[in-house]
Amino acid sequence: MKYVDEFRDGALAQTLAGRIAREADPARRYHLMEFCGGHTHAISRYGLKDLLPANVEMVHGPGCPVCVLPIGRIDNAIELARDRGVILCTYADTIRVPASKGLSLLKAKAAGADIRMVYSCADALRIARDNPSREVVFFAIGFETTTPPTALAILEAERQGLGNFSVFCNHVLTPSAITHILESPEVRDLGIVPLDGFIGPAHVSTVIGSAPYDYFAEEYRKPVVIAGFEPLDVMQAILMLVRQLNEGRAEVENEFTRAVTPQGNEKAKALVAEVFELRRSFEWRGLGEVPYSALSIKQRFARFDAEARYGIVYRPVPDHKACECGAILRGVKKPEDCKVFGIVCTPENPIGSCMVSSEGACAAHYTYGRYRVGSDPGKVGSDSTFGKVGSDSTFRDRNPGR
Amino acid sequence: MTKGGEKVESDPTFRKGQDKVESDPTFRRRKAYVRPIDFRHGRVDMTHGSGGRAMAQLIDELFAAAFDNEWLRQGNDGARMPAPAGRLVVATDSHVVTPLFFPGGDIGALSVHGTINDVAVMGATPLWLAAGFVLEEGFPLADLRRIVQSMAASSREAGVPVVTGDTKVVEKGKGDGVFITTTGVGVVADGVELGGDRARPGDRVLVSGTMGDHGVAIMSLRENLTFETTIESDTAALNGLTAAMLAAAPGLRAMRDPTRGGLATTLNEIARQSQVGFIVDEAAIPVKPEVEAACEFLGLDPLYVANEGKVIAVCAAEDADRLLAAMREHPLGRDAAIIGTAIEDAHHFVQMDTRFGGRRVVDWLAGEQLPRIC
Amino acid sequence: MCLAIPARVVELTGPDTARIDLGGVRKEISLALVDGVAVGDYVIVHVGYALTRLDPEEAARTLAAFAEAGIDVAAADGAGAAR
Repeated sequence: MKYVDEFRDGALAQTLAGRIAREADPARRYHLMEFCGGHTHAISRYGLKDLLPANVEMVHGPGCPVCVLPIGRIDNAIELARDRGVILCTYADTIRVPASKGLSLLKAKAAGADIRMVYSCADALRIARDNPSREVVFFAIGFETTTPPTALAILEAERQGLGNFSVFCNHVLTPSAITHILESPEVRDLGIVPLDGFIGPAHVSTVIGSAPYDYFAEEYRKPVVIAGFEPLDVMQAILMLVRQLNEGRAEVENEFTRAVTPQGNEKAKALVAEVFELRRSFEWRGLGEVPYSALSIKQRFARFDAEARYGIVYRPVPDHKACECGAILRGVKKPEDCKVFGIVCTPENPIGSCMVSSEGACAAHYTYGRYRVGSDPGKVGSDSTFGKVGSDSTFRDRNPGR
Repeated sequence: MTKGGEKVESDPTFRKGQDKVESDPTFRRRKAYVRPIDFRHGRVDMTHGSGGRAMAQLIDELFAAAFDNEWLRQGNDGARMPAPAGRLVVATDSHVVTPLFFPGGDIGALSVHGTINDVAVMGATPLWLAAGFVLEEGFPLADLRRIVQSMAASSREAGVPVVTGDTKVVEKGKGDGVFITTTGVGVVADGVELGGDRARPGDRVLVSGTMGDHGVAIMSLRENLTFETTIESDTAALNGLTAAMLAAAPGLRAMRDPTRGGLATTLNEIARQSQVGFIVDEAAIPVKPEVEAACEFLGLDPLYVANEGKVIAVCAAEDADRLLAAMREHPLGRDAAIIGTAIEDAHHFVQMDTRFGGRRVVDWLAGEQLPRIC
Repeated sequence: MCLAIPARVVELTGPDTARIDLGGVRKEISLALVDGVAVGDYVIVHVGYALTRLDPEEAARTLAAFAEAGIDVAAADGAGAAR
């Protein structure tokens, strides 16, 4: 696959790793947050941690729209399908997220709710057209990458005069989330989470451009490097951040120049501005209420707004007491710091959002990284620092099924 | 549609619980049905499962005709055969795949291949199959005929006859068109001891060919996920290949076909049963470029995607090269590769050295792998 | 967080749609978010929509930058100077 395989080349990875190792100052630590869940996934999937020196540490940020979706919003989606009898169309990412009362969209589907997995919101439009006597609701999630398609769907629904289609909008915004993390007491004042720099999201940035990140670099004096999606992109971005930090710079640099420009995709941005407006505040799971961080559908399109159409009432639901997702999403704690990680909270039985999505910090760590012990190829799992995760017998209790 | 030419003395039926009238010998020999079955436009209805004439006709004109063999011609409720020398292996599988027809195969072929393969990877020679059908009222007979003929062709090609079976019909809405359950019986020679618990540190892991073909072929037809690809299901009977593998490698520890859950799940199962770990080399695992591309689109990992015509083998290190050569000589093993090694590991992890240079754990799947957008 | 992949445009199928190819797999997607796409261009595809065109020159430049790291490392081994 062109423009994919070249950016996964193992030989280049070694040379970049060597470069990072040489340039990272042994006298300091580098705490770099990769905001985007796709980057978290890439780091895990390719074992990037093995290629970084010990003093360069990646902190996983909240750039996983499924992870930050509050339980209450999933409850709303389940209610729409189960109690209002709509055809609920959703991306597959939301289907297993645990909601209230032990439910999930998957379980609601098993109980008879008409919940359908779609690859694109265009599929939801088609389902609405093909089922004129049924109400169809599209469960919209995602950051700025995923928002323009939803805008197009609503405009298309208006153009076609569809009377049975609406969108349950949960689109969230990247810069607000980054601000929120930087403003959190741990980071700003107490210095508990020393965050030295950010790897900016790849595809969000193709839409919003690199300009919005200037604010963070200037206001908070933290360098930002926008990185492409492939592992070599991530490594190059890490190298660029290390260099900035060594040189005392705090700039926005763009590693993903093949797809990101300073202004981004103006057409997409205009379409989004036509259909959506800012919510004053929106609850993010694990982060609490974050101002101006999410979008709602404009009045002009109210009939395509499921919240208006069905009078949806949002009821916040607190997270499980033992769940540390909030701290993990803010980069304050690590998955292994959570008392229930790997014991009660596993990918089969996720307690919190960080475990549900494969990009969540906990799921990524569980699936790819737990029990990793240095670079000794034969030696696995004898490191006592992972003792907190539970003894062997608790893991063998899993029932993977076939 | 009846068999051409041959005169059949008795009705071959799979009846269970028929009433006394039906067991009257003169009735059983009656061959003249009022009308031949309309396979082009007809549909399954409740009479086809009731044990009466309609069912007898369906069995006669479709199942028995397609599978035709000496046991079916006897027309008994079961098939009687001499006990073979050696130990018996029995395996069963139910098939519920949607869609029923896909590039490279259909549910019929899958049901025959799947059970033959389950027997074959035990190191056994598959001998006979039994097939049970649960048909949904309204299911088109044209589709049923296509499926049964496909089963018959697969069965003949593999040399494993369907010797007995059963048919039931459920009301519309209570079945997904057709469910097929096949059971296979085979015989394993003395001295052959394969099992998922037999892997030892130092053993090598081999696969017979490209991973993920079947799952991607199926997925390409799923509603809302349509993409255009030339990928076909790899569904195939593996008994010829497994026999060659057994002959080539006396140090063969285990064979398994990586169906649902793919290579990753199968390796995790063996790791747990054998209480070892595995390290595999990503670059060595054969995956077709189109399968890889389709997985990229959907955010899936080919290691977890189903296969229906592949076998994973674990063998003693000294046998690996010989085993590989034998596999590659067989038409179903041309792309065979040695992909990894078993190691001591208290956690029984399957780890992978990525093409990129790092290492990661390849864990159990938490439920079915779903496409993702994030 | 947003799964998107670069794919080659092989056919323009409508005013706003195109067929793309990735490794032999083809799919029809929307071009409604990007103007002036031609056959042969590479676009980044997310949930069935092209988000932007991929710039081949910048891609080549980025790859060269990766390789440069290696050249520097090999040439300046022991010197340890950051660039």
